[in-house]
Amino acid sequence: MIGRAWWIPWLWLAPTLALLGVFLVYPSVDTVRRSFLDERSDNFVGLDNYQFIIDNPTPLSLDTHAALLNNLLWLTMFTAVCVGLGLLMAILTARVRYEAAAKAAIFVPMAISFVAVSVIWRFMYDIQTDVGTVNAVFAELGKDPVAWLISTEAPQKAFLDVPPNDTPSPFQVNNFALIAVGVWNWTGFTLVILSAGLKSISKDLMEAARVDGAGEWQIFRRITLPLMLPTIIVVTTTLVIQTLKTFDLVWVMTGGAFKTDVVATLFFKAAFINRDFGVGAALAVVLMAFVVPIMLISIRRFQVQEEIR
Amino acid sequence: MAAQRISAQHRGRLSDTLRKTFGRIPLHFVILATCLAWSIPTIALLVSSFRDPSAIAGSGWWNALLDPTQWTLTNYDNVLNARGMTDAFINSLIITIPSTLFVILIGAFAAYAFAWMKFPFRNVIFLIVVALLVVPVQMTLIPILRLYTIVTIEGSIPIIGGNVFGVGSYSGLWIAHTAYGLPFAIFLLRNFFGGLPRELFESAHLDGASDLTVFFKIVLPLSVPAIAALAIFQFLWVWQDLLVALVLLGDPDLAPMTLQINSLVSSFGSNYQVLTAAAFLSMIVPLGIFFALQRYFVEGILAGSVKG
Repeated sequence: MIGRAWWIPWLWLAPTLALLGVFLVYPSVDTVRRSFLDERSDNFVGLDNYQFIIDNPTPLSLDTHAALLNNLLWLTMFTAVCVGLGLLMAILTARVRYEAAAKAAIFVPMAISFVAVSVIWRFMYDIQTDVGTVNAVFAELGKDPVAWLISTEAPQKAFLDVPPNDTPSPFQVNNFALIAVGVWNWTGFTLVILSAGLKSISKDLMEAARVDGAGEWQIFRRITLPLMLPTIIVVTTTLVIQTLKTFDLVWVMTGGAFKTDVVATLFFKAAFINRDFGVGAALAVVLMAFVVPIMLISIRRFQVQEEIR
Repeated sequence: MAAQRISAQHRGRLSDTLRKTFGRIPLHFVILATCLAWSIPTIALLVSSFRDPSAIAGSGWWNALLDPTQWTLTNYDNVLNARGMTDAFINSLIITIPSTLFVILIGAFAAYAFAWMKFPFRNVIFLIVVALLVVPVQMTLIPILRLYTIVTIEGSIPIIGGNVFGVGSYSGLWIAHTAYGLPFAIFLLRNFFGGLPRELFESAHLDGASDLTVFFKIVLPLSVPAIAALAIFQFLWVWQDLLVALVLLGDPDLAPMTLQINSLVSSFGSNYQVLTAAAFLSMIVPLGIFFALQRYFVEGILAGSVKG
């Protein structure tokens, strides 16, 4: 670090702080305020809106418990599969000559507008075996077609011929079907960013290890993985936060019906359909609260990075 | 003796090559299987876009592969000949290109400050920036629209059109998209910048280089893969945006393709099949950007510069 006038860093940050302050901080603060007010933001109601989320009094129109559980399922399943697959493909495609083409094939779904994504996946998941691709494959395998976006049964019911058991929400076929579409849509994101991270690792290091007789697994464990860890953390954090905001896909595919609501769709329903800004704002605040543990992990990460460089 | 050794060596190399070739079969299999699985829905969408609207809902897309008589350009015809679609395409570019450049530049400035400058509350401010990733855009639109109606500067910008600022202006939309893109940009770039070796900065500063020189001559060139990745996604997200444009733009003459396609779908009633064609037409530009920036994902940039 070199000596600078105290105001120089603030000059570099000025445009960012101004833009974020107006477009993101101010609306967030306003939302926190409204979460303590009634549906028209006229009267102070204390914690009533938060009590509503905890008590879940109207599970038929606004099922807050199902939305929170579904969000947790998205958070774990979607993030784990996207990051794992993206990392695997980033490392594997770096070894073949058709790298660019392979990456493009996985990136393409990202470029399809989410409305078109919903059109094509509703046909992929269609219950009729002569329209729905997935059920056509199922029919070939001699299985019964599954109503992928409607079925609230346990997922193993779709693949094995076991009798239906009472699996608790959110482990429903339709949630997993939606997450599968999300993974298809977003793996291109993890692949491209992780690939950029992989490319900034010095090739000499890997060559040196190879010359010293290290196996591919050892190179991955001891060199690639540690050096890519910062990028992996960035991608994972971004995806975790992205899943908290999951909205478009669920909204256009099921509209949250059949217990597929997530917090963001519920927020939209509460604020813009039920016209209850209080509950809507409280849901948005709950969403923002999820980010605190992620921030705590980030603090530690950056302290480590500062120390080692 | 010597000849024997050479041939043994040769044989060794041959079996090595064989082992390598066959050892790579699982590698190719995993890559190709994943690519195929990822492409099937895309191919389904592509094939559907060339089918008659009534056929799409009536039978599986694979039927069209066997029966070329089903192929038609009706969907593309409907999208391309819709009034104002060419203008909308240009409007999309007018909206997306500045929004992408601003995010990269402003985000990189901030990321540099967070990674390599010392100032009070640095970590706290950075964490707030990251936390802002979680703010849903839907939540911000009503307060922002209220704010924009107050500060709108009416008038008409030459060539691109629209108000000078606020509601119904391109500048208002650029700034909004830049703000929404900044948390991710700063988060991504700060990590890449922070990973650059300290010696680079120390030697540059010893040589009397200013922050601006270090930023433009060292940091930006070394972070090309990260910036390329950021550019791809920021471009894509702004290009695909419907919500922000719908709320803040108002004026149909300024509408991007997403808005134009959306109104096309509603004017066709339930004929959402036109979306299949629209999806492919609106994919062309982002895919072009992706392929153009692919070549910046080159290996060992950093290694070269440290050695050199």
